[in-house]
Amino acid sequence: MSLAAPTHGFLSPTGVEIAFLLVGLVTFGAALVSVTTRQLVHAALWLVVTLGGLAVEYLLLTAEFIAWVQVLIYVGSVVVLLLFGLMLTKAPIGRSPDADSGNRWAALTVAVAAAAALVWVVVDAFRATWIDLDGAAAGSTKVTGESLFQHWVLPFEALSVLLLAALVGAIVLSRKAKADAAGPEVPGARDGQAAAERAEGAR
Amino acid sequence: MNGVLDVALRLLVVFVVFLTFPLIVGQTEHKVMAHMQGRLGPMYAGGFHGWAQLIADGVKFAQKEDVVPNGADRRIFQLAPAVALLPYLLVLLAIPIGPGEGAVGQVLDAGVFFVLAVMAVGVLGSLMAGWASANKFSLLGGLRTAAQLLAYELPMLLAAASVAMAAGTVSLPGILDAFEWWWLPWQIVGAIVFFVAGLAELQRPPFDMPVADSEIIFGAYTEYTGLRFALFLLAEYAGIIVLCGLTTVLFLGGWHGPWGADGLGWVWTLLKTAILAFVVIWLRVTYPRLREDQLQKFSWTLLVPLSLAQIALTGIVKVVIQ
Repeated sequence: MSLAAPTHGFLSPTGVEIAFLLVGLVTFGAALVSVTTRQLVHAALWLVVTLGGLAVEYLLLTAEFIAWVQVLIYVGSVVVLLLFGLMLTKAPIGRSPDADSGNRWAALTVAVAAAAALVWVVVDAFRATWIDLDGAAAGSTKVTGESLFQHWVLPFEALSVLLLAALVGAIVLSRKAKADAAGPEVPGARDGQAAAERAEGAR
Repeated sequence: MNGVLDVALRLLVVFVVFLTFPLIVGQTEHKVMAHMQGRLGPMYAGGFHGWAQLIADGVKFAQKEDVVPNGADRRIFQLAPAVALLPYLLVLLAIPIGPGEGAVGQVLDAGVFFVLAVMAVGVLGSLMAGWASANKFSLLGGLRTAAQLLAYELPMLLAAASVAMAAGTVSLPGILDAFEWWWLPWQIVGAIVFFVAGLAELQRPPFDMPVADSEIIFGAYTEYTGLRFALFLLAEYAGIIVLCGLTTVLFLGGWHGPWGADGLGWVWTLLKTAILAFVVIWLRVTYPRLREDQLQKFSWTLLVPLSLAQIALTGIVKVVIQ
């Protein structure tokens, strides 16, 4: 797998490499538009293009499982959640005059620094690694699952504990807010749930 | 050359299925609903029992003016029907209707993930339509669509994961190859959860709060006319095909049947899909619409725990029989 590269040159790219580069450019462009556009919902929709483009890049690297999970989680759920949140605000059709931040230069600095660090790490780590696109898929579900649950099971478990903590925290916060809101207004209510239901029915 | 021809032929077949099957389901819905309500339904178009009614409807839609409201976000408004419809075409590519590689548009290594991921993208079309219409009813419809998707995506995924655990693979043909008849009682809870959550994701009655016509006119699609409106309708019926096909493949054994498995597998798939589509129509005629809070409660307090219990059961049985 990791051959030093006498047979791989940058001057005679294969079709897959060209496609990878073009999709990468589209993804990068969509990402730029999504942070610079003044139209909030357009930004969310450009984010769909960006995340979808990333999924295509994964596919081109034969990581099929990761690609579909990317679409499922990010495009299917995170963006839907974003749009749901935007619809609850007064996001207008057309430009939002206040969709700008005084922190833009600080944000740009952080973004460039993060990108530079990531690119440096990835280039340094995988400089001489080549994926054999013609052989068995290196990123199939089977391979991904085996490496995840054999070699990387500890980080995986640590992450799931982190997520569980976040989940429990979210539930606690939402219940606390509800109890606070319902407590003084409806003294006779047995709990926050009943009060919330009554409020729902009254509406 | 042969390979190119093969691919072209597969794409053509999937495309024809995509264009005709939703119409067949739509026509069946006209007739079944009518007879369940003591009516006859369409009787004139085409002569024999109004078989050409939906073709006439299509011609009608094509003639209508394509209106974009003044205040709307023009490009997103026009793009939304395509975003709603195309994912279902892609999903059809991955559904196997018979044994072997010849009976599926494209064998995918992670087929279950592919179909669920792409189906979830279709909902973006409704959200785009709801926001871009510049209409408060559309916006309410879009909000309800998003809330419904977020609530029902989880039980659907968990139910599908249960089958994938049972089969030990996430490839759709692989799941069918591993299928045994006793999976039917074993996975029945998951099957019901999957089907119900899928109905909710398609916004079919009794989960049609996002398009509740007596409250918010037609939800996200209120401002649409002509062909674009027809495309949204087509997406709904294509969604029925996809959901019934997926339930068949994942839970009902697809091309497996009590007899005639050789060569007749595709008949079993189509038969099971058709019966499920009939159930979808039946539910529409039978049940009143769930209220928004009932919808959310139904998913979070019933479907999610049931699907988790199904996963636990699948895991236990899987460990025991190994």
